[in-house]
Amino acid sequence: MQYLLKNGRLIDPLTGRDEETDIHIVDGKIGRIAKNLNVPSAQVIELKGKIVAPGFIDLHVHLREPGFEYKETILTGCTAAAAGGFTAVCCMPNTNPPIDDESVVRLIKERARIAMNGLVDVYPVAAVTKGRKGEHLAPLSELAAAGAVAFSDDGDPVHDAEIMRRALEYASMFNRPVIQHAQDIPMTKGGAMNEGFTATRLGIPGMPPVAEDAVLARDIQITKYTGARYHLAHMSTAGATAMVRAAKAEGLHVTCEVTPHHFSLTDEAVSDFDTNTKMNPPLRTREDVDALKKGLKDGTIDVIATDHAPHSFDEKQVEYQSAPFGIVGLETALGLVVTELVNSGVLTLSQMIEKMSTNPRRIVNLPEIRIAEGEQANLTIFDPAAEWIVDVQAFKSKSKNSPFGGRKLTGKPVGVINNGEAYWI
Amino acid sequence: MPLKSKHLLGLDGMSREDITLILDTAVSFREVLERPIKKVPPLQGKTVANMFFENSTRTRLSFELAERRLSADVLAFQATGSSVSKGETLKDTARNIEAMKVDMVVMRHSAAGAPHYLVRVIDANVINAGDGGHEHPTQALLDMYTIREKLGRLEGLHVCIVGDIAHSRVARSNIYGLRTMGARVSVCGPATMIPRDIERLGVDVYHHIDDVLPTVDALNVLRIQMERDAGRLFPTLREYHNFYGVTRQRLEKAGRAITILHPGPINRDVEISADVADSEHSVILQQVLNGVAVRMAVLYLLSSRN
Ligand SMILES: [Zn+2]
Repeated sequence: MQYLLKNGRLIDPLTGRDEETDIHIVDGKIGRIAKNLNVPSAQVIELKGKIVAPGFIDLHVHLREPGFEYKETILTGCTAAAAGGFTAVCCMPNTNPPIDDESVVRLIKERARIAMNGLVDVYPVAAVTKGRKGEHLAPLSELAAAGAVAFSDDGDPVHDAEIMRRALEYASMFNRPVIQHAQDIPMTKGGAMNEGFTATRLGIPGMPPVAEDAVLARDIQITKYTGARYHLAHMSTAGATAMVRAAKAEGLHVTCEVTPHHFSLTDEAVSDFDTNTKMNPPLRTREDVDALKKGLKDGTIDVIATDHAPHSFDEKQVEYQSAPFGIVGLETALGLVVTELVNSGVLTLSQMIEKMSTNPRRIVNLPEIRIAEGEQANLTIFDPAAEWIVDVQAFKSKSKNSPFGGRKLTGKPVGVINNGEAYWI
Repeated sequence: MPLKSKHLLGLDGMSREDITLILDTAVSFREVLERPIKKVPPLQGKTVANMFFENSTRTRLSFELAERRLSADVLAFQATGSSVSKGETLKDTARNIEAMKVDMVVMRHSAAGAPHYLVRVIDANVINAGDGGHEHPTQALLDMYTIREKLGRLEGLHVCIVGDIAHSRVARSNIYGLRTMGARVSVCGPATMIPRDIERLGVDVYHHIDDVLPTVDALNVLRIQMERDAGRLFPTLREYHNFYGVTRQRLEKAGRAITILHPGPINRDVEISADVADSEHSVILQQVLNGVAVRMAVLYLLSSRN
């Protein structure tokens, strides 16, 4: 198959390229890049006003397979990723069985290769500890050899400081980061939303922001001591943002990500007890949102990742306190980033692409994507001006648990190209 | 003039007019309760389901009596031994109850927002009889009724709530209702029991009860629940009693007549001393009687709205 991408705006942060041009794609590779190309044999895609960028990767996705296929499968998750403008995802290990054995890494990679003919690359994140129980290290080097790109017990924190220290030391031997879900467990016991005014008003047990900050503060000290690589998942507080900023200034290998919901919503969204506003970490306050935006702008925050966490309809049809944590995010991320960050001047389009492609790939040691003649075509194409209304029933994801249904967004994926496959939205 | 809402979920956001309407309506039902024949017909032919997912003998009895006094058919549902303990969801349980053509549901649940969820899945009128740490609107209404009966008004009074404010639905509903009615509200308790940012609800916070008593008109003393995180929120009952127990000595030192309320059941000589509970300033037993009248008023006003 040949495509001729006409008049798109190519933005490649790695080469600094930003220009309107045509791109010819032949058999999954980039042919010529030039203005006014004419290739009669190619299918022409008119992209005036649209952006052509290196393929986006979501560093934080729960694909749920194996074990929870009623919530999501590798196929439905990859389809949702493609529909959301992603050509790759990192999947988290809280499956059943968990990704704590090389056989599970291989199983996921094999199934992902078949799903959508490999359009979406799936990079497993393996567990830090056996069974994600926080007690004994998982076989990290075997997991890495099988293809795990990072380690995390996500869903749960690595709570024990000694285990965290040893995990960081061990993972640093093969240059993999440990991704931490920072949450102090006793401080958040029974909690269902951010502790603060809204929780006080609603009488819902709170999860204080200091429960995230305290674990991060400890981890930064361990990272400093070990010299290892540490990545903070779904950072949600002003305090954590300040600590990561300081750690970076000190030259530590600390990176972090933020989710679209944490910079788009505050805990006031919980006011009508909608269980689709329940996730972990919880929605925080306006001050936290402002601090996260500042962190995105000044480069403290490296990555935007969704923490895509599908749950079935029935699981969320319960009282707020009984509902599981998590929302789907793959199919609203791009629109939320453009609407909340690009259009309000927090990020340029180039910075957006860095945080959704270049930076996350660097953190998990994936090869750089270059949009240049002769390179593999791994592209995300989106329309930064398209306005649309979120319809959760139209999601490709198996689950519809999103608080953004009915919301008007600007910025919509147009298509993705990767591994010789294309998906047009 | 009917109530604005079809349900009574809480006092947060309820207007002064609606609260006044409920309290005024309760006055006439209070008279009914003094008659030799205490039954009136407004809810004849209506069925009320009392769904108590959490134990509460007092509130359940008070509602049941109010329903029977209004001639309603009463369906009692208790979670213990029912399908809920077998893993049935609130949604399924509620829909099953509604399939029996119930007109009103009175629900007590351990989770905040449970009745707010319920109104999305069933059509019956819903009355919140306490949802987790969120609201207990009929308790606050009967507290306000009792204060108004004793002191003649609510506007301009200083009401202090003392105890575990963080976990108390009674405290929240009282704060919302009393603030709307123009009272000054303060809360008093150890720092571990005062929730974050509660000042933003327009209340004053005290940690030492003797600091607040000299300006208080009515004191609402909350029950201390020892089972709650024993030893985490306060060290011992003795220490709590020494610092927050409402005693005659303390009240005398404050030097004014303070009306004493308690939502019950009382832990004598823990949060309140026996002599204070039984004193002439205590309105604890009036609260029980007024509770029936206030609940009759709520049931009547919601059902006559349909
Ligand atoms: Zn997590």
